[in-house]
Amino acid sequence: MEVIKLSGETKTMSGADAIRLAIEEEMERDESVFILGEDIGAYGGPFFVTKGLLEKFGADRVRETPISENAILGCAVGAAIAGMRPIAEIMFADFLTVCMEMIVNQAAKARYMYGAQISVPLTIRTPFGTGIMGAAQHSQSFESWFMHVPGLKVVLPSEPADFKGLLKTAIRDDDPVIFFENKQCYFRSGEVPLDKNFTIPFGQARKFTEGDDVTIVATGAMVQESINAANKLKEENIHCEVIDPRTLVPMDKKSILNSIEKTGKLLIVDEGCKTCSVSAEIAAFVAEEGFQYLKKNIIRLNTPDVPIPYSQSLEKQIVPNAKSIQDNVKKLI
Amino acid sequence: MSSDEFPKEFSPEELINLYKKMLLIRSFEERITKDAGKIKSPLVHPYIGEEAIAVGACAAINEDDYITSTHRGHGHFLAKGGDLNSLMAEIYGKKDGMCKGRGGSMHVADFSKHMLGANGIVGAGPPLALGVALASKLRNEGRVILTFFGDGAANQGMLHESMNLAAAWKLPIIFMLENNLYGWSTPSANVTAIKDFSLRAQGYGMKGLSINGNDIIEVYKTVKEAVEFARKGGGPTLIECKTYRWGGQTTMDADKYRSTEEKEEWKRKCPIEAYKTRLIRGELVDQQIIQEIEEKTLILIDESVKFSKKSPKPDPNTALDNVYKNPIEYGGN
Ligand SMILES: Cc1ncc(C[n+]2csc(CCOP(=O)(O)OP(=O)(O)O)c2C)c(N)n1
Ligand SMILES: [Mg+2]
Repeated sequence: MEVIKLSGETKTMSGADAIRLAIEEEMERDESVFILGEDIGAYGGPFFVTKGLLEKFGADRVRETPISENAILGCAVGAAIAGMRPIAEIMFADFLTVCMEMIVNQAAKARYMYGAQISVPLTIRTPFGTGIMGAAQHSQSFESWFMHVPGLKVVLPSEPADFKGLLKTAIRDDDPVIFFENKQCYFRSGEVPLDKNFTIPFGQARKFTEGDDVTIVATGAMVQESINAANKLKEENIHCEVIDPRTLVPMDKKSILNSIEKTGKLLIVDEGCKTCSVSAEIAAFVAEEGFQYLKKNIIRLNTPDVPIPYSQSLEKQIVPNAKSIQDNVKKLI
Repeated sequence: MSSDEFPKEFSPEELINLYKKMLLIRSFEERITKDAGKIKSPLVHPYIGEEAIAVGACAAINEDDYITSTHRGHGHFLAKGGDLNSLMAEIYGKKDGMCKGRGGSMHVADFSKHMLGANGIVGAGPPLALGVALASKLRNEGRVILTFFGDGAANQGMLHESMNLAAAWKLPIIFMLENNLYGWSTPSANVTAIKDFSLRAQGYGMKGLSINGNDIIEVYKTVKEAVEFARKGGGPTLIECKTYRWGGQTTMDADKYRSTEEKEEWKRKCPIEAYKTRLIRGELVDQQIIQEIEEKTLILIDESVKFSKKSPKPDPNTALDNVYKNPIEYGGN
């Protein structure tokens, strides 16, 4: 696994713009792609990700729905079964709680329980995570729940280019994909390839920095925090390898294990609360399959098991950041 | 609605076929009930007493129109033209079952016949129907979908989301409410303040009708009209079919919660007997023809049991197949 260099023509844009570009390109490419969700039309959604799509594609393909999450996802699953490629937006990941049925018992199961008679080519997009003073019901990170549901693919990029490449893959994929969009990553900019055929396969982690000392596996907003920490630590001659798995199902275990073989040390940084989290799953497979490489105990740096508080002073206290990452890396040295 | 006359569009043979279909369902369910001990699954829900709804309704739609079904789905499956042998084999958990032994009674489906599956989650069919109907509308196919559900499901939240959205978007859906007066052991009168569920339709902006679900011609004519309305872009209709489940909730339910008098009263309203009497009165059949039909039906059922017993068990080594379209790989790069 090398640190990725983008080729071809690129443009600097935000994560949100990269997502919009992916949707736009796929809707242009394939008539069966459409998008539905709350306030996604003229308003453009709470983070303005879908701004302009209504004007471009019309109300048939950019469908504003009532606040009925089970109906939104039911509609999406049904349309996928009937051969469309719907993109359903759930306004905040926190609201996935009211439509678990359609994801867990319907979309994820249909292929298997109906004896492989059908596919469900569905993409569910949803913003998650802290950083906007969203408090307990607008800030959560539920991605690990969905890793526990066979039949779903779980995608969670952090970089604008990865948003574009992985969302296009998700839309083209024949299985149901849940695509988590970190709110902070919406606003950060990066170089994004303009090539309409730019896609990124699932199951390939991305390495952001090279190093021999410690492997840091991070997701979502924690990737940038980890990169910042790694850059600081370099000044102290501590070299970290920051890896973003980018897709949680399938998980690129091989790349993570290869890195640990080199460093012997693992810090996992995860914005979700600790118990049964993404970090728990990564720690578990490393303990199972890479125990022989480990020179130190694994450290999991998570948000603790607490509802997300409103006040910034409290939220900042509990969510991992570059400083707490540095401190934990040093525990491994 | 008067249903004294046979619909003119049906030939005598077609009218007799309706009888055959109901009888096939009845005999199938009787056989399953008799063999319940051998089949061992406690979660098999017979449709005895309700046959006129599935057969009458499916006679009112085309081959390429869709249906979604419920946990009580064998009747819907057969009425939509699903294959008898692969239905029986599925319930036996065999390889030649429609879902290759992955689904069982609660997940029988034949997508080639546009029978989009029985469903183990009460009320989960209607949200899926939204998307199928939307796909038909977006592609200008003129296809409609019947979504069957019970009086129990009628109080499920996602059903209400679905009725609202279907009406708002004028989707070609017929909401087929099978009111057999009970949700498992709970009388719907104990948990619902209205007597006619069709009243609810008005609140969503669609037409609602309550009909005799044991009168196959009334079911047919009512559905036919709703289907024509839906095809013309008029939107959904709610049709409440009053009926009764003769047996227990499942083949293994002792059914002590309903009185013998009540059961006997409904058996006197047998949908199959009623239709048979009419066919005889209309001189379409005589006793001898009826007897031949009964004998032939039993032979078909016997053959399906033989077929199922002969069919191999699914290969244990295939238990992990088809969770995803292609087995997911742990990439590495
Ligand atoms: C969401 C959900 N809740 C409960 C059940 C258990 N359950 C299965 S069938 C049933 C009764 C359903 O009643 P109704 O919708 O009237 O259908 P009927 O069985 O009468 O055909 C119940 C409670 C379930 N399968 N799914
Ligand atoms: Mg009922």
